[in-house]
Amino acid sequence: MTEFLQHVVNGVSLGTIYALIALGYTMVYGVLKLINFAHGDVYMAAAFAGFYIATALGVRDHPTIGKALAVLVGSMAAAGALGWAIERFAYRPLRNRPRLATLITAIGISFLLEYGFQLPSLQAQGRTFEEVLRGWGWAVPGWLHSLVGVLPSTFPPGPTPRFFPEPFTRIDWTVLGGVHVSNYDVVSFLVAVGFMLLLQWIVYRTRFGTAMRAVSFDPRVAGLMGIPVNRVISATFVLGSVLAAVAALLVAGSRPRIDPIMGLMPGLKAFVAAVFGGIGNVPGAMLGGIVLGLAEEMVAGYTVSSFRDGIAFAMLILVLIVRPEGLLGRPTVEKV
Amino acid sequence: MTGRAGLVLRSIAPFVAALPVLWLVQGVLPSYHSFVFINIAVNVILAVSLNVVNGFTGQFSIGHAAFMAVGAYTAALVTTGMETFQVMGLPPVASDAVVFFVALVAGMAMASLAGLLVGIPSLRLRGDYLAIVTLGFGEIIRVIIENTRVLGQATGISGLPAYTNVVWAGMGVVATVVMARRLLLSTQGRALLAIREDEVAAEAMGVDTVGWKVRAFVISAAFAGLAGALLVHKIQLVTPRMFTFVKSMEVVVMVVLGGMGSITGSIVAATLLTVALESLQAADQYRMVIFSMLLIVLMLTRPSGIFGTREIWDAMPRWTRRRPGGRAT
Repeated sequence: MTEFLQHVVNGVSLGTIYALIALGYTMVYGVLKLINFAHGDVYMAAAFAGFYIATALGVRDHPTIGKALAVLVGSMAAAGALGWAIERFAYRPLRNRPRLATLITAIGISFLLEYGFQLPSLQAQGRTFEEVLRGWGWAVPGWLHSLVGVLPSTFPPGPTPRFFPEPFTRIDWTVLGGVHVSNYDVVSFLVAVGFMLLLQWIVYRTRFGTAMRAVSFDPRVAGLMGIPVNRVISATFVLGSVLAAVAALLVAGSRPRIDPIMGLMPGLKAFVAAVFGGIGNVPGAMLGGIVLGLAEEMVAGYTVSSFRDGIAFAMLILVLIVRPEGLLGRPTVEKV
Repeated sequence: MTGRAGLVLRSIAPFVAALPVLWLVQGVLPSYHSFVFINIAVNVILAVSLNVVNGFTGQFSIGHAAFMAVGAYTAALVTTGMETFQVMGLPPVASDAVVFFVALVAGMAMASLAGLLVGIPSLRLRGDYLAIVTLGFGEIIRVIIENTRVLGQATGISGLPAYTNVVWAGMGVVATVVMARRLLLSTQGRALLAIREDEVAAEAMGVDTVGWKVRAFVISAAFAGLAGALLVHKIQLVTPRMFTFVKSMEVVVMVVLGGMGSITGSIVAATLLTVALESLQAADQYRMVIFSMLLIVLMLTRPSGIFGTREIWDAMPRWTRRRPGGRAT
């Protein structure tokens, strides 16, 4: 029983992460009918953005709550900007082309981020950004020193994994006779649920949410009704990317190893979660994420742990065959 | 050359014509170049066979490497199991050839079975969902291989006999291209093209869309299996890491670059990219970055690929064309 409860705790903690990433997939699919393959890599980029900010702030030596919040907000901003740029420069020019073209572009962006982040940085090549600037005849002002010193010479991070500094000390509690729960689990669960509720409020209770749902229903008619479709789509990407950043930092807090391909698997699995719950459906993505997290944890706990990566895809195929619209989705009829 | 005899001739003649040429090439090429040649051949087989699904039928498969893996592992099991086997009354070289041929056929058969498995979900799925199923299937195959003791788990099987040479690889290419060309010009090919152009309309016109999609998957998978089997008997090693999502994407890039639906486009793109990758071997880290940028720029500027659905001879002057076949649109 204790073991089962432990798996439930781990599964829910993993599932909330999947749910947060899945929300980004589901919202983008809702408005654009596009599988945004690059979403998992936005998640990765957000983790690195957080890592660089944390390094610049010196979180490793002097962690404070204020710094942790600064890292969170900074990483969310960076991810939002990246999501906006991807939509603006890669997807928008292809808006009226066949969907396949956009899908292929999405895969291209995903690969570009994954492998672009694996390129050697200036530091790895034995140079610093300041030297490069001086080589071009530019001088670096003193107050910019710390920033210029950290970011451009250690970016891109290269293929070796980095370790995210701990934002606060880890405390383990033992409850119910042997179930381990850490303060990281509690904080990440609360933060994730908080952001999900916030999103639920945005989508169903605000003017922007109404506009988003209208665009999702029919972009052309929404445009005729005076809804700024492009702005709504951009905002949807930003919102999804910000949630991915939250997920990335919650993961990086408890599993500090980050590398450029860390987004591949969680991205694919979160997509599975989104499909499982019914793609385009916000509560469905949350449900799908939790179910997937639990399923993975149970499979890893009670059978061979290396089957963990397979279960998500087995679930996906099963759902698509039995109920293609997902658990909470509504079946659609194709009309000519 | 019409009628049954002509058809048979058109299918057989390329093999007969290619064989002496390949023997000659085999004798002339130095070993490094023959390695590159086999690489090119494998990629051409992969690209042309993926084109059957992605180009002719208009579906989007991103799990081609999984079929490759199935073919490669099956063939590897056959050749390692039959290494000491000697066909009665044949010299060792001919006996090896028989064994290898059996292995290739077994690989193709198993891969087409896998293709059938993937094709079945397409009973209910379209477009993006089908793409995701192929991707998921690819991952599942990899997880299964990594957990099966007979298949060597994560380390794979090493010490395979080096059966693949220029002739085998070249004949594989000929077989694939003849298959694709004959398919495209046949009634069956027209059904696939109809599905690509408009699935709903095709169904309304009486095309068995589900059946043809499944068949396209099976055919494409069989040749992917052939490519896998040929590749691992050159490098004498088979591991699950060779057949990841990245490999599938490489093939997709080749098909997209050449133009979806164009056989010659796939051949040209596969050749160019393989040569480019070989020469970029030193700068391995830039390879995938260049790949992905190529893909994005191509989609933004010319989403139909270099050739679109046209073939190379469509660009030639009119009098050089023998017949107006092969045009899709």
